[in-house]
Order: sequence, then C-alpha cells, then structure tokens
Amino acid sequence: MSKITFPIGGVHPHDSKIAAQRPIEMLPLPPVVYVSMAQHLGAPAKPVVAVGDSVKVGQVIAEPGGFISAFVHSPVSGTVKGIAPRKDLAGNPVLHIEIAVEGDEWMEGIDLSDTLVTDIPDDPAVIIEKIKACGVVGLGGATFPTHVKLSPPPGKKAECLILNGTECEPYLTSDYRIMLERPKEILVGAALMQKALGGCPCVVGIEENKPEAVKAMRAAIEELGWQQKPVRIAVLKKKYPQGGEKQLIAAVMHREVRSGALPIDAGAVVQNVGTSLAVYEAVQKNKPLITNVLTVTGKLLPAERQHNYLFRIGVPLSFIIEQAGGEPDGAVKLVSGGPMMGKAIANPDATTVKGSSSVLYLGAEDTVRKEASACIRCGRCADACPMGLEPFLLNRLCKAGDLEGLEANAVQDCIECGCCLYSCPANIPLLDRIRIAKGQVIGAIRARAAAKKQ
Amino acid sequence: MEKLLISPSPHIHSGASTQKIMRDVLIALAPAELLAVLVYGWSELLLLAVGVTACVFFEWAITRWMLKKPSTIGDLSAAVTGLLLVMNLPTSTPWWMAVIGALFAIGVAKMSFGGLGQNLFNPAIAARVFLLISFPQQMTDWTATPGFIHATDAISGATLLGVYAEGGMDALVAAGYPGNHRLFFDIGGSAGEISAGLLLLGFIYLLCRRVVKPWIPLSIIGTVVLISGIFYLVNPAVYTGPAFNLMTGGLLLGAFFMATDYVTSPMSDWGGVVYGVGIGLIVMMIRYFGSYPEGMSFAILIMNCAVPLINRAFHSRKYGRA
Repeated sequence: MSKITFPIGGVHPHDSKIAAQRPIEMLPLPPVVYVSMAQHLGAPAKPVVAVGDSVKVGQVIAEPGGFISAFVHSPVSGTVKGIAPRKDLAGNPVLHIEIAVEGDEWMEGIDLSDTLVTDIPDDPAVIIEKIKACGVVGLGGATFPTHVKLSPPPGKKAECLILNGTECEPYLTSDYRIMLERPKEILVGAALMQKALGGCPCVVGIEENKPEAVKAMRAAIEELGWQQKPVRIAVLKKKYPQGGEKQLIAAVMHREVRSGALPIDAGAVVQNVGTSLAVYEAVQKNKPLITNVLTVTGKLLPAERQHNYLFRIGVPLSFIIEQAGGEPDGAVKLVSGGPMMGKAIANPDATTVKGSSSVLYLGAEDTVRKEASACIRCGRCADACPMGLEPFLLNRLCKAGDLEGLEANAVQDCIECGCCLYSCPANIPLLDRIRIAKGQVIGAIRARAAAKKQ
Repeated sequence: MEKLLISPSPHIHSGASTQKIMRDVLIALAPAELLAVLVYGWSELLLLAVGVTACVFFEWAITRWMLKKPSTIGDLSAAVTGLLLVMNLPTSTPWWMAVIGALFAIGVAKMSFGGLGQNLFNPAIAARVFLLISFPQQMTDWTATPGFIHATDAISGATLLGVYAEGGMDALVAAGYPGNHRLFFDIGGSAGEISAGLLLLGFIYLLCRRVVKPWIPLSIIGTVVLISGIFYLVNPAVYTGPAFNLMTGGLLLGAFFMATDYVTSPMSDWGGVVYGVGIGLIVMMIRYFGSYPEGMSFAILIMNCAVPLINRAFHSRKYGRA
C-alpha cells in the first residue's frame, strides 16, 4: 500500500468505479447544441458570431471576457440559431449560443489523425499562446483557464508540475480511461507544460486503486524513451480528497500552500491529466477544447449501461441520458461530477460544458440525507477535515452568526470537499452552513483589502 | 423520474450514526458485564435490568412529557448510560437505588443540560458520585452476592483499595495482597471492576471500530503508572504500586469507557492528553492522600469541568498555517 498521501484528515468512501472497464465511446452528434458562455472560471466569454452565421467545428464563437476567461469554439458545424440566456445545471440563466448541427465540417488546420506528435516547440510563449487560443481550461473541476495558470506572476517560479491523475472522487472513471487509452498524449501534454513553465520536473500522481493506469503511464514513458526525462509517476494512497490541489501538493512535494496563497507560491502548478490531454491536442494538433470524456454511471445501472463517452461540449445532458438508455428506475438524484463535490442536476436539459465529467445516478438509499440529530462531539468531522479545520466549532459559530470567530477559526480555508458532512454520525449539515459562512467571510476579507488599498 | 432531488454536495454519506456508535459501546462493555452477572448472580442481573430500563424510561418520559420533543432513546445513549451506571455500582446495591441513580444521571446530569451532546458531566459518573454521597453505606458495601459460577473465593467484603484506605499497606498485606488476588480476573468490587482483561478486550474492540482514540486512556494509565511507580520506589512500605493502582477501583473502566465519553472529553488529541494526565494526577492524589479509597469518579468529574477551557486552548493542526 502506498504511503504517499496528504498529512491531515481525509476519508475513505467506497470507490465504486463501476464504469472503469468500459472503453471510451464516441457519442453521436445531437441535432442541436447549446454552448455556454460561462464554462470556465472567471468572466464569461463574449460571443463573436451572430444568429444566422454558419460555423465550422473548431471555429471561435466567443472570445475571453476578461483576463481570467477563455475562448469558446464551436463543437459542431452548422448554423447559429440563437444567442440567448438558457438555464444551466442549477437552473440559473446563462448566455448560450444555440447551433443547429449540419454535417461535421472541421476548420482547416486541425489535425484529426492519430499520429503522435512529440516535437516540443522551443518557445514557451508559443505554447502558452496556443493553449489560450484553443480555449483550454482546467478539467479537474475548477475550469481555471490553463494559460493563466501556466504564466506565473513575475518573481514566482514553478518548481514542480503535478499532473493530477488521482481521480479520487468515487464513480468517476474518465481520467482513468484516458490514462489507459491515451497515456503518451498526456505525457507529451505534460512535457509541453513543463516547457511553458521553464523546464520544471513533472510528477504524475495516481491513486493506488488504479494499477492499470500506473502501468500504462509507466509503459508510455518507456515507449517514448523518456526514462531520463524529469517525469515520474507517484503512486498515492487511496484517500479522499487526494486530488484536492492543496492535498496533492502536500503529498507529492511535502509542502503546504500557505493560507490565502496560491499553489505557485509553494512552487507548484497542478494540472489534471485531462487538461494535459487538451494541451497536447491544442498545441500539437491545433484542436481547440471542444471535446471531453464523461462517465455515465451509478449503482442503479447494469454493467453494460455504464459508459465513458467522448462528447462534444454543448451536447445537452438529456441527449446523453437518452443515448445511454434513459434514467434507471429508482434514481432520485442526478449529479454532474463526483458524489463528494459534484453538483446536483436541477435541469437535465442543461448543456455539457468543458468541465463536465459525469452523469451520476444516485438512488434514495445512497443519497437521501437522514434527519440531523444532536452533535455528540465525537470529533469525526475534525478528524476528517483535510484542512485541519474544526467543522463542529465552525457549525456552532455559523449558528451564532459570529463572523469574526469564523475567520479566526479559518472558515475561509475550507475547500468544500464534503468530508465533514460525509463522516458526521449525527447527519448535521456541516458543509451547508460552512459554505455559506465561508462566502460571507471571504467577502468581508476582500472588502477590508479593498478599503486598505484606497 | 418525476422529481429530481436537489441538495448541495456531498451526495453520499459514510453511514456512520450515533446509534451505531452507541451500539459498539454496548458491545464493548458486554463481556465484562456478562462475567459480572455470572459471578454475582441474580442480584447483578436485577441491577442491570433495572438500571438500563430506568435510564431509557426516564429519557423517554422526559422528552415526551417535559420537553415535548421526539424521543431520543433510539440513539441508545441512554442505554449506554444505564449500563455504565450499573457497572459502577456495588453488586449488592438495592434496585431502587439504581432507579434513583438513573433519574439523576438522565434527569439531572443529561437532560437538564440539554440532552445528548450538551452535558458537562458524564451522566453515569455524576450519578455514581451522587449515590456515593447520598448513600455512603450501601455504596461501599462490597459483600459479594451469590453467583451462577463459583470463581469468587477471593472476593471479600471490602475492596483492596478500601482496605488500603482504611489500614494502609499493612492491612493490605494482612488481607493477602499480593498473594491470592488475581488482578486480571476477579478482583472484587463493582461489575465494572471485576475483569481488567475483558475491559481491555472491549476497549480494543472500540479502537478497532475507530469509535475511540487511545490518547486519553494512555495518558491516564501513563500518569498513574508514573506517579505510583515513583512513590512505590521511594517507599513501598507505604505506597501501593502501579499494577495495583491500574487494576483496582474502576480505573480501567473509567479510563477506557468513561473518560473517553465524547461529550465530556476534549475534542482535540492534545487536549485529550492534558485531560488524561489531569485525571491520572487527581486519582493518585486522592488515593494516596485523600479520604476516599478510589477517586476515579471524582477525577473524571473534576476534569470534565476543565474540558471547555482545554477545548479553547487546543485545536487541531491546520493546513498551511504553520
């Protein structure tokens, strides 16, 4: 058993990787796609097409709306039918571009062959520019624009690129599948990012419950003849949230990111393996980020109805659900993402975005919360918290509305991993309250900082 | 699907529950209590039945008629209090005294503070001390009741600690210590003191089930061993030694099962160490210099009072704030 792991807290949910043995399949094209303008962290993108325009696959349809923002490309060829607000996963209106699909005509210059391109451009700026132009964002969950993360502010230097292949969330298998099926592309993507960061070493972190992925990635290093290059695989202990950025840095580099600081302050840049694949495709193949892999899974689905789909971004979830044979009996909740940090789907007509990783069906027994009872002060929440917080205390401070106390007890450091609520024997909605309080405290901290500047 | 369930993450739960935790504590205590029933017979069985039933009944009655809230007896915490109370009583205790103890434990020590999770003092210990002060004669009468098996030759009228408190080391030697007292099996006293081995077994079960952590018991035991070791080495003619102090006076029952009570012990590991050392110090001071023979109950109650302060002083290590 691997001993490499983060030092504080963590929980051990059953990994439930039931879709792991299902190879990646190509999802057919739907009649219509809806491309969201807010599928990355930061400012929404601004449409640059008009209703009635013809677009090709890979054509820019929206440009960044700010420094932290990203290009959006058309995932299909066809005609722009509308640019209007449409409900997202949670039911909130977000600007979408609706495109009626006609054929499948790609932009010129996009290399659709399987040929592996291993030549790395000499100029880091070229790599970063390509990544930006192709709209690559982090696919590990936060969808932070990748080119920004690869451009550390002056005076800060990346000492290690960590590729996140932990996939510590139960059920999800898309990262596992790409590590099995496209390990060389992922490694070339990592080499590109290493180059962009000025030549730092790279560590690929994979949890020990994916020995096949470890084997495939190690074999790929050998096949590429990269044994002497500064890239290695670290097998990590199976413990949630191993893939949390701060936890992964602590596990791999034995360093902690100071409270309020960024990973780069600790010399670390963490990128998901899926992002690395997107970087490869962007830089080597000129292919924008218009596809991703998503897992359709859940205990309620039989083995043959588990899927790992290569989907075009913008395909409605309802289309995927239909393609996968409809909703299983007994499902009471649909989750986009993992069961620990994913979002409950309020609107199945919502569209997929760059960061979509799953459609997870949960039955009542798995997901319906039990009624909260009295806190027995067992301390399991504090033992489980990977940030070393004391959720039982934060919960009390939340109820009392004590923002100062909450800040003093580091509520702003919460990463919302869900370990506290997951482990609470009294089913107290710890994270629900803490999440709200965290928002208030961060707001107060920002307001203070703004007032200081003036 | 007619209606989608919408709630914030996490969407799954570990399945842990208060009831499962309390059930584990009951399982852990069962072997020692079972042996007590075998050794002390009908008298102990009656106490057990009355003590547990009374605790559960009082909690049910108070939630229903006084608080007008849904009953909480399903969490099994009242049953745990009942069992611990019984294990703290001399086996010859009259049954009605167990009822009074149960009323004090549940009614005063637990429910009047706000119920499970809110009480300052461990309810079973608070009740034992209440009974000890109210009925000193019955509570220190260690006459062995006739049991179902006859392993009880060594169990006499007074506990070894009682003998020691009364007449010092000489009286202890006159009572046959250490010769014919088997420290690990039947050492006399209340049900919870009868077998250190079975208590240890129960505690190991709780450790394996990750219900408790070892720090509090280790700190208590370490402190008791250290202090009694020093005193014993300095003057073995006056002071009892580590083995004697560990095996007598409910020290292990207290250390394993009462000092580790979630509600009345510190939240952090280091806080637990301070708390355990405090209990160890107080219990040895009472035994060597106080007028009560054992002292474990008082030591735990006194340190219960310090828990809110300990919780303020000790916090878990936070990520990125070194």
